[in-house]
Amino acid sequence: MSETLIYDYTMPGGHHWSFRMRRGTRLRLTDLEGGANAALLFYNPENLLERYNAPDTLKGQHTFKLTRGNCLYSDMGRCFASVIEDSFGWHDTVCGNLSADACLKKYGEHSYQAFRNGWFLSGEASFLTELAKYGLTERDMAANLNLFSKVYTDEAGNLAYDPSASKPGAQVVLRFDMDTLVLMHTCPHPLNPASAYPRHPVKVEFLTGPAMTEDDYCLNFRPENRRALENTRLYYLDPAISPTVAYQNP
Amino acid sequence: MIRESQRQMLAAHFRQVIPAGDYFIHKIRAGDTFRILDLEGNQAADTLFYNADDPAERYSAVDTVRENGNVYLTAGTLLMSNRGNPMLEIVADTCGRHDTLGGACASESNTVRYALDKRCMHSCRDSWMLAINRHEEFGLSKRDITHNINFFMNVPVTAEGGLTFEDGISGAGKYVELEAKMDITVLISNCPQLNNPCNGYNPTPIEVAVWSQ
Ligand SMILES: [Zn+2]
Repeated sequence: MSETLIYDYTMPGGHHWSFRMRRGTRLRLTDLEGGANAALLFYNPENLLERYNAPDTLKGQHTFKLTRGNCLYSDMGRCFASVIEDSFGWHDTVCGNLSADACLKKYGEHSYQAFRNGWFLSGEASFLTELAKYGLTERDMAANLNLFSKVYTDEAGNLAYDPSASKPGAQVVLRFDMDTLVLMHTCPHPLNPASAYPRHPVKVEFLTGPAMTEDDYCLNFRPENRRALENTRLYYLDPAISPTVAYQNP
Repeated sequence: MIRESQRQMLAAHFRQVIPAGDYFIHKIRAGDTFRILDLEGNQAADTLFYNADDPAERYSAVDTVRENGNVYLTAGTLLMSNRGNPMLEIVADTCGRHDTLGGACASESNTVRYALDKRCMHSCRDSWMLAINRHEEFGLSKRDITHNINFFMNVPVTAEGGLTFEDGISGAGKYVELEAKMDITVLISNCPQLNNPCNGYNPTPIEVAVWSQ
């Protein structure tokens, strides 16, 4: 597979960022030390009311966890991105963020005044900060992805966080199927049991790569994904661009 | 957990039957008790809750499952807002389990879940869209249409991380009852879904009732 690295950045733990991914580019995230949480939210930059929809993503693919093969659906029946590689295997999208209040209770006072950039920032404050840059508010904050965090349930539905799932070097590659505004933070997962504020960097790499082909793993992972990707193709219908894949509605 | 209520429908100060495919939008006051009744069984009531004074504060599925430590809703569950405040408590439940992971059907997601030609079929999110435009006085817009509760739906999570859709938990006359902890706007789509075997391809009416404190 011919991928070309076009940008890379090591994002420290406990920070936030936002950026736009072009359709067809890839985002490779690496948990360098182990123990990281990479929280992501997706919006359509042409219509910020279109956003990542966790329930559609889970329901459409009959899954509670996210891993290779899964597509990340928008609330408009389209696919923001496809998980084309994943060495971690079980990512969370139902636990949301640690709130600023919960962060203070759990890890203690660590203000900017006292600790400068070593302060303890919450995922909630991080997303509110990034949302505001695009005219978005807490009303626009949807259920986010928490990459590199494994949360599972028992028979009775009780949630548990599995710290043993985390290994240094775990890597996820997302191929963007739409132009996407990505909001990201590296603040601790709300269920991380660590008593000290976990602060672990995530390597962020942007890549170009080949277009999706008919034998694409995510396209064929479930029939729902094929239809979501067909809806995505419809959104970008352009007579100057011929589709690389001829879609059929089974 | 099954917990029955002592309240009598005849004593309710408000009652309304919601046909399948209709929406319901209504304010209830802090301290009021609100019941949703599955009249004929196997129906899904796709429900959203907002702080009636400030809809930016709303029911949050992620805060609710995380703070209760459980993905299923039942008697004893506190429904949490996006600001970490308890909004309602489930005080009675003759069904035993309700879903908050699966979200609501939409004409767009129906094309993904079932077939591309299902776009024209009526859906819960379309009911909500009509509700918020017909009732601007509630101050809601598409950005407020978030991750909802599916009362009476059974969506078990497996040990392997799968999500399965099963019926058999609800039945005619089963209900869930919630006590409001703040003034609340309730927005329900009584699901019109004709593609899902969970309701036997037969959406049916529900009834809502409110008892004042
Ligand atoms: Zn529905």
